[in-house]
Amino acid sequence: MRKLKRIGVYIFLSIASLVSIFPFLWMIVSMTNKSVDVTQGRLLPGSYLFENLTVLFDSVNMVTALVNSTIIALITTFLTLLIGSLAGYGFEIYRTPGKDRIFNILLLSMMIPFAAIMIPLYRMFGGVSGTIPFLGIDTLAAAILPTVITAFFIFFFRQNTKMFAKELVEAGRIDGLSELGIFFRVYLPTMKTTYAAAAIIAFMNSWNNYLWPLVVLQSPENQTIPLLISNLGAGYSPDYGVIMTAIVIATLPTALVFFIMQRHFVEGMMGSMKG
Amino acid sequence: MSKAIDKASAPYTGSSKKSAGPGFKKNYMGWLFILLAVVGIGLFYFYPMLRALLLSFQSGMGSNLEYAGLDNYIRLFSDPTFIAALTNTFIYLLVQVPVMIILALFFSVLLNDATLKFKGFFRTAIFLPCVTSLVAYAVIFKYLFGVDGLINQFLLELSLISEPLNWLSDPVLAKITIIAAITWRWTGYNMIFYLSALQNIDRSMYEASKIDGATSFQRFFYITVPMLKPIILFTSIISTIGTLQIFDEIMNITNGGPGNATLSISMYIYNLSFEYSPDFGYAATVSYVIVILIVILSLIQFKVAGDDK
Repeated sequence: MRKLKRIGVYIFLSIASLVSIFPFLWMIVSMTNKSVDVTQGRLLPGSYLFENLTVLFDSVNMVTALVNSTIIALITTFLTLLIGSLAGYGFEIYRTPGKDRIFNILLLSMMIPFAAIMIPLYRMFGGVSGTIPFLGIDTLAAAILPTVITAFFIFFFRQNTKMFAKELVEAGRIDGLSELGIFFRVYLPTMKTTYAAAAIIAFMNSWNNYLWPLVVLQSPENQTIPLLISNLGAGYSPDYGVIMTAIVIATLPTALVFFIMQRHFVEGMMGSMKG
Repeated sequence: MSKAIDKASAPYTGSSKKSAGPGFKKNYMGWLFILLAVVGIGLFYFYPMLRALLLSFQSGMGSNLEYAGLDNYIRLFSDPTFIAALTNTFIYLLVQVPVMIILALFFSVLLNDATLKFKGFFRTAIFLPCVTSLVAYAVIFKYLFGVDGLINQFLLELSLISEPLNWLSDPVLAKITIIAAITWRWTGYNMIFYLSALQNIDRSMYEASKIDGATSFQRFFYITVPMLKPIILFTSIISTIGTLQIFDEIMNITNGGPGNATLSISMYIYNLSFEYSPDFGYAATVSYVIVILIVILSLIQFKVAGDDK
């Protein structure tokens, strides 16, 4: 009986694992097949990988999308980490009067649904279009700015700063470092793992972000990867092999980070919010 | 000990007059550290929220807006598309979130067994869907569930169906497709929260209950679930907030169709603002429905979870 139950558990977990992995296997296999084979349900690797890549990079704006997504994700990650960690550190280290009340108010912003602020944000950026160069609708800056400051990362860094030995701050002051000097030369180097976990999440959120870029980026030369995939997928006569190739390329960075730094990745994910 | 250190690093606790100067300066520095974040969140969250509230009382096309009192809010009740979007979103919420949480709990309990082999493989496999972007997996699911997609081919092969199902163009099946997709993407994510919480449960509780003759079901309902309650509450709140805002999947799997059978509130807001002739005022009104729902549902979940204690 016990043994039977054991076998049942293994069968159940194997099916669950197969269901979880299957779409990945399918997209990797389909990347090497031509469109017709993909629709006919071919599950064996083919020899069309090179053709699919050629179409994707020659006749679709894949290079532009990759460049845009990379620029946006890198700048977003840098600014998110900088602003988030400065604030998390500031809230934890200093006895600024009223800081906890401010902190709680900032946390409330995590409950704000993006759909509710999307229209005013769009109108705000529309308002500066034409007056401030590189900041209006359909600019990379507009795609980046509203996403870099989130209460989640302030919370994340404040939580992790609780583990930071505060004696080091005093030691830094005695050594004559400025307050910012302590932050950059003492705090930052000792908190590398926290920064790594935060960087993974910030990069992934930005790399995969869809709704805001969809709203604010309109011209083809500003397209990001999720926008490109969505457009390819919505076409009337989609080339499945090419779309699957684009999806694999889009998934590659996050999948690689996951397999290389699984622990940081999972830690970061657990601290991050859905949606 | 830690309190003493806290005090040492707290500038304005210094009592001598001499420290008042640098103390003030350090406080001021504390403000500088949080300044960017406070300004940013004010500018990109709270200010737009306020603007959306004002907008929700205005109506008109594009930027020709006029104050219209409660007209938009009254319109909600007689707008069939809004009612469809609200109903669909609630169906997703009431079916998908419980199914996912139960599945995730189940996986985590099975995987928490120390004697289980290939644990690392199973855990990684079930978590793997989390690495995909929402758009990418949505497009994949759209093809998997197409009329000549692999799901139909598989079901036909097993003779479970005699002809292909119209997964994406049948109102009920389309909802099932969306629910299956979200469950695939997020179950592993919830599972890791439960797995890490399970590691903190004292083993001796299980051993004691075994001696008392408790079955594994009893152990699950009387030890595991109560011990995991805070984390179940946490994950159900994030899932609720996430599901109320669902957009990417709907847009890319069904585009809201057939008819409005899978339309979500967020997608309706998007359509009102950017697909139809722009009606920003009414769209803002619809968006405040999500805000109100998030607040109410979070309060209910806290209340329900708090009652038993």
